[in-house]
Amino acid sequence: MQPEQEQDRYELRESPPYQFPVTRREFIEVAGIVICLTPLYPAMAADTAGSARITMDPNGIITVRSGKVEFGQGARTEIAMAVAEELQIPLSRIRVILGDTELCPNDGITAGSRTTPSTLPQVHQSVTEFIAQNPPAPEKKKKILGTSHGRTDAKEIVTGTHLYPSDIRRPGMLYGCVLRAPAYGWKLKSIDGSSISKMKNVHLVQDQNFAACCAATSFEARQAVERLAATANWTEASHPSHDDLPQVLKQFAENPREQSKGSVQKALETSQKRIRATYQAPYIQHAPMEPRAAVAEWNSGKLTIWTGTQNPFGVQQQLQQAFHLPENRVRVIVPDTGGGFGGKHTGEVAIEAARLAKEVNKPVSLRWTRAEEFMWAYFRPAALYEIEAAIDADGKIMAWDYSVYNAGMAGIQTPYRIENVRTRFFATNSPLREGSYRGIAATANNYSRECMMDELAHACKQDPLDFRLNNLENPRLRDVLIAATDEFNWKSRKKSLKKGSGIGLACGVEKGSYIATCVEIELQGSRILVKDVQAAYECGRILNPSNVEAQVHGAIIQGLGGALTEEIQFRNGRLLNGSFSKYPVPRFSDVPPIRTKLLDRPDLTSVGASETPIITIAPAIVNALFQATGERTRSLPVKPGRSQDSRTESA
Amino acid sequence: MPKYQLTVNGRKYNVDSPAERPLLDVLREDLELTGTKYGCGEGQCRACTVLLESSPVTSCVVQVSAASRKKITTIEGLASGGQLHAVQQAFIDESAMQCGYCTPGMILRTVNLLQKFPNPTDEQIMQEMNGSLCRCCGYERILSAVRRAVKNNQEKSHAA
Repeated sequence: MQPEQEQDRYELRESPPYQFPVTRREFIEVAGIVICLTPLYPAMAADTAGSARITMDPNGIITVRSGKVEFGQGARTEIAMAVAEELQIPLSRIRVILGDTELCPNDGITAGSRTTPSTLPQVHQSVTEFIAQNPPAPEKKKKILGTSHGRTDAKEIVTGTHLYPSDIRRPGMLYGCVLRAPAYGWKLKSIDGSSISKMKNVHLVQDQNFAACCAATSFEARQAVERLAATANWTEASHPSHDDLPQVLKQFAENPREQSKGSVQKALETSQKRIRATYQAPYIQHAPMEPRAAVAEWNSGKLTIWTGTQNPFGVQQQLQQAFHLPENRVRVIVPDTGGGFGGKHTGEVAIEAARLAKEVNKPVSLRWTRAEEFMWAYFRPAALYEIEAAIDADGKIMAWDYSVYNAGMAGIQTPYRIENVRTRFFATNSPLREGSYRGIAATANNYSRECMMDELAHACKQDPLDFRLNNLENPRLRDVLIAATDEFNWKSRKKSLKKGSGIGLACGVEKGSYIATCVEIELQGSRILVKDVQAAYECGRILNPSNVEAQVHGAIIQGLGGALTEEIQFRNGRLLNGSFSKYPVPRFSDVPPIRTKLLDRPDLTSVGASETPIITIAPAIVNALFQATGERTRSLPVKPGRSQDSRTESA
Repeated sequence: MPKYQLTVNGRKYNVDSPAERPLLDVLREDLELTGTKYGCGEGQCRACTVLLESSPVTSCVVQVSAASRKKITTIEGLASGGQLHAVQQAFIDESAMQCGYCTPGMILRTVNLLQKFPNPTDEQIMQEMNGSLCRCCGYERILSAVRRAVKNNQEKSHAA
C-alpha cells in the first residue's frame, strides 16, 4: 500500500502579508519575472543539479548541499551519514550546507517527513555521479547508515557558539519591533509619531497598516512601539470565541471532498448495531523554543535574509513578490533553527525584517516575542468529526461513515478492512490562521478513528486489541500492534488493574510508517497521570537508531501536551492563553516512563520518522480513561468529567 | 545613561544601559554572547538561564542594574582552555539535544545542580530541572545526560 501524500491544503496559500510599492526601475527589472513565478509551493521538486550537490576541496573535505533545513529532526546528520557511507570517509571530513537558496539545490519544503524518502535518494544519486567522475569507487566495507550518531554540530550547541537565526549579527545592525494589533482582524487607523520624537535614535517605519520601530537595541525598539501603541487607533472587527468552535466550523463548511466504496447507507441500516459519535479537537500552537526570527541585509539592491523557515525557496519567492525582485536578487539562508514542528513554513518575519532594513538602510534583526509567536504564527487546525459505524454480531465492521471538518485530509482513510466506507472532508473558513503541524491531520484523524474503534470494540464486548486484529489485514500495522501489546503485556495487565486505573491502545499508519501505542493511566482526582507508555514503531530500514528513538519519544511527549493540556482559547479577537504560563506544554515532571520497540525492516525503504509517532498517544489515553472510569470523553484535551452525551447507539 | 560594570565569564565589561533593560539583551546585543537564548521573556522556559554569583537566574527577567558588579557565567564561559566542561561533554555523549536551543540553559541548570548536590536524588534532579522547557521534548535524553554528569562527577571525586 502506498502511503498517501499529505494534502497540500495546509501549505498556506496566502498572499504575502505586505505588498510594498514598486519603483519604476524595479518594475522594469522584474517585469517578465513576476508573471512566470512558479506556484508558491512547488511539488517536492526533483532536482537536476546533480553532482553540483557534492564537491571536494584540495584538503579532501567533501561539501554536500541540500535545500532541506535542520530544525532538530536530524536531517544534517542523516545526509552526512549517507555521504560518509558511500565515500567510506569519516563524518568529520564532510561539511553539509543546508537551506541556502544561493548554494543549494531546491529540495522543496522541509515537511511531510520527506527528507528521508525524497532527498536522501537524490543525495545518493549525486554521490554516485561524483564517484563516477572521481574514481576509483571505494569498497563499501564500513556501514554508517544503520548506526547511531548524534548531531554533527553538537559541540557548537553545547558551547553556545552555534548561531541560530536570532543569533545572527551583521555590521551596523539595528533591532526591530513591529506594532501588532491587540486583536484579530483589527486594522491600524492611525498612530501619533510625535509620541516617540524624543527617542532620537529610533526609526519609525510606517505605511498603510504597518508600523514598526528600529533602534540600536531591541529594548529601545520595544519601548518605542509600546509608546506608539498607546496612541494607536484601530478599526475593530468582530471575531468568534473558542466556545463557539464546533458551530463556527460547521457554519462555513464548503462542499465536502468525498470518497466512498460499497454502500454505506444500506450497511448502516441493515447491520446488527450502529453507533454515531462526534469528536472535537482545538487549535493548538507549535510554540518552538525559538520564535520566528530574521536578519535582513540589503546590498546594492540585493536582499540577503537569515531566517528560521522550513521553506527557504518558498520564502525566497514571497520576498520576490513582496519587494518585486528577480530571483537572483534574493538569497535566503536558514541557519539550523530552534524548532519548527510544521509551524515555520512561512516567511512573515523575513518580509518584515526586509521591510525595515530597506527603510533604514542598515541590516535589521527582528525576533518575534513569545506573545507574538503565540498570537500571530499559525495554529494547528481545530477539528470536528462526525462518525457513524455499524458492526455485525461477530464484531465485524460493516460500515464506516467518517466526516471531518477543517482538520485536513491526511490520514483520513481507515486502515481497517471495511467494505462500505464513506469519508468526507469539509474545508471551512477557519476563524484563526492555521497551517501545518507535526503529523497534522493524520494526528487529528487517527485520534477520532482510534477512539471510535474503541467504542465499537466495547459495543460488541470485544477486547480492543482483538477487535482491531479481527478487522485488520495490513501486515505492517498488525506487526506494530502485536509488538506493542506483547511488550506491554496487554492481556495480563488488563486483568490486574487497580480501581481508578485503565489501559488503552491505538495504532495507525501515516507517511509510510507504522505506530502502535499502549498506555496505562491512573486517575488522581481530576488529573490523569500517565504511568507507562509502550510504543512499537516501524519506518522501514532504520538509518540512525538513536535519532529514530529520540524522534519517537519526542513525538509521544509532545503529543501528551495535545492530549492532556493544550488548547488555544480566544474571545473577542484576543488570545486568552498566549504564554507559557497560561498554556501548559509538557515539562520534565510530565514525562512518564516510555519504552519503544523499533522494528527494523532492512528489506524496506526508509521513510521519515519525526511525525507519525505522535498520532496514537492521544487516542490511547482517551481509551484508557474510558476503561478506568467508564466515561467517554470526546474532546481534546482530555479532561475527566468533560464527557459529552454525543453518542447514540441503536440495534 | 547609567553605567554598569559586569563580570562575565571572568572578564570585566562596562555597559551603558537603561537600568531596567533585561540582562539577556545586554549579554546578547552588547557583549555578543548569543549562547544565552530568548524563549519567553517571562521566566517561564529558562532558555535564558545564566549563573549570577553561581546561582541560576532567568536573565530575561533580571534587570541589568541587578547584575551590576556581580559575577555572571554564561554557556560560553563553561569550557576552559579548549576543554569542554564535564556537563557539556555528558550532553554530547548522551546525544541530549534535538534542535539544541534549550541546551545552554539545561547545561547551566545541571552545573548548578552538581554544585548544590554532588550526589543528587531523583527528586533533587527533578526539582532543579523541571522549570526548563524543551519543546522537542527530549527530556529523557537530557535526564540521561544529567545522570551521566552526576556519575562522572562522583567518579572524579572518588579518584581525587
